[in-house]
Amino acid sequence: MKIVVCIKQVPDTTEVKIDPVTNTLIRQGVPSIVNPFDKNAVEAALQLKEKYDGKVTVISMGPPQAKEALKECLAMGADEAILISDRAFGGSDTLATSYTLASAIKKMGRVDLIICGKQAIDGDTAQVGPEIAEHLDVGQVTCISKIDIDGSIVRVEREHEEGYEIIETQLPLVITVLKSMNEPRYPTVKGTMKANRKEIPVWTANDMDVDPEQLGLKGSPTQVRRIFTPKQRVQGLIIQADTAREAAAVLVKTLSEAKIV
Amino acid sequence: MAVKVRTNQCVGCSQCVTTCPFGAINMQDDKAYITETCTSCGACVEACPIGAIVREVEEKVVKMDKNDYKGVWVFVEQMDGQIRNVVHELLGEGRKLADAMGQELAGVMIGDKVEHMAKDVFSSGADKVYLIEGPEYKDYSTDGYTGALTDLIHTYKPSVILMGATNNGRDLGPRVACRVGTGLTADCTDLGIDDQTGLVAWTRPAFGGNIMATILCPDHRPQMGTVRPKVFKRPEQEFSRTGEIVRVTGKVNGKDIRTKLIDIIRVCTTSCNLEESEIIVSGGRGMCKPENFVLIEELANVLGGVVGASRAAVDAGWKPHMHQVGQTGKTVGPKIYFACGISGAIQHVAGMSSSDIVVAINKDADAPIFKVADYGIVGDVMEVLPVLIDEFKKNKQSC
Repeated sequence: MKIVVCIKQVPDTTEVKIDPVTNTLIRQGVPSIVNPFDKNAVEAALQLKEKYDGKVTVISMGPPQAKEALKECLAMGADEAILISDRAFGGSDTLATSYTLASAIKKMGRVDLIICGKQAIDGDTAQVGPEIAEHLDVGQVTCISKIDIDGSIVRVEREHEEGYEIIETQLPLVITVLKSMNEPRYPTVKGTMKANRKEIPVWTANDMDVDPEQLGLKGSPTQVRRIFTPKQRVQGLIIQADTAREAAAVLVKTLSEAKIV
Repeated sequence: MAVKVRTNQCVGCSQCVTTCPFGAINMQDDKAYITETCTSCGACVEACPIGAIVREVEEKVVKMDKNDYKGVWVFVEQMDGQIRNVVHELLGEGRKLADAMGQELAGVMIGDKVEHMAKDVFSSGADKVYLIEGPEYKDYSTDGYTGALTDLIHTYKPSVILMGATNNGRDLGPRVACRVGTGLTADCTDLGIDDQTGLVAWTRPAFGGNIMATILCPDHRPQMGTVRPKVFKRPEQEFSRTGEIVRVTGKVNGKDIRTKLIDIIRVCTTSCNLEESEIIVSGGRGMCKPENFVLIEELANVLGGVVGASRAAVDAGWKPHMHQVGQTGKTVGPKIYFACGISGAIQHVAGMSSSDIVVAINKDADAPIFKVADYGIVGDVMEVLPVLIDEFKKNKQSC
């Protein structure tokens, strides 16, 4: 089975802070990491490979430094990694990004399964996975927590608001995975050493069969008009009391007087 | 539009480097250099003290006649013929957009025997309903619904489409946007009309809620967006309102649907529908161990609310993911939100900041959760919660 995992290198948004004076993001010292959901995607691919045999290729569209993220996936156990990088991809929104990634996947010939994380923690759009599926004209199941493959039948559990759906479908397929799918493994020392020796090829726009009009800024229907820091909620009342009992009583009284409960 | 540095004017002050929210600018030979991570947001244009960074307008080859596209559509998500609450919220907001644009508001209903929902859709503000019915649309499927919705778009050409940022909305939206080749703004928290262009201004959080971005879709139609549940208030329904039902025959063939729904396992029907709850009691790392969640459950019970959890509590395995509130969990907007033993990381706040009232209980007086709380108690949750439960019980009896 040939599996492609799409990953993204993202700033660790849990480490991002806002400068209280200038109201802008402080990015210094914020580490770049593999998008957490994408690690679940890599883990899912590795587990499928262990079970059904096959090959796991990890790809990422991004600047040259995204090679670091790919290296981490190789260290986890992926067979190969390819960086999709070109100035022409700059300013891509989800449509242009998915077009570029889908073009790279098409170049690989027959691929059975494409796995993406549910969403990236910097953009949180959850769009690139389904859009890759559309560009490739294959089926998709998003937000899955379990996958079983039995011959030609793929059975997945998809999360929705009230529970799970059991869905049957077939390959080729795009899935996006949740955190609850698995626990991503840590790279071993041996894996890291092996990863360091591996060459990560870089594919540019010229290496793929692409329409330049659909790349980067040109191929992006959406434009960012404005970036601003959100309005902060105003801090309210800290209930001062000597004991927990008193504080709780004051709170209940305040809430019921305000007709909140 | 692209952002360019006029290198000969750049003095190398690197103000743009610190301003860029995407870290897309670095210094090369003492000059600012914009890398491919640039999204052309323009933050650096304003930050450059000498005006050495400019926006360049690129001529786009636009194939579509935008004037052909009129009207605001709301995708009426349903399950077993029951409309999701977010649909009403979207109809309320869609009504405002339609009025501002001087155009009509329509609901798009896809399902099996769902015509009865039209009355509800009209009462929340729609002028029209597009209806596609058939057994192949009984349950949601990516292929079936994408086919039906794109056919409608090609025939009736709406200018704007709103969908709920639900699991199905987030599955369907990108697939449809990609098929018709347009832009989709995900998880919006604010909508409006841009003064200069008359386009829909879609505002959404990014970077885990650290910044907000307003997005436009200037040259492609329809302009599409998903909107988080509970961000907008549900409009007052006027049941005397009526409208036109446009029945359309779906062209999707059952065998073209590549996924087959075998079973729906309802882990909880209401107890984990956090998105539509009025009262949520959430616990975090401060609950210390899973057994202590009993207190959270009891308080939720007394108040008639549901149980939420922070990512820390979910990662520790104390509560299933379905209860997680925050950036990687659910976005909620109840009337009252209790954060018990939750520190209030920005990712958590991003998921609950549209709550009307926030009550925080934490033993750390410096916990960031107090910055967003309307009422706070500095104290040990294990001491405060039992008392709170008692007091609410008493309060309930006296009412």
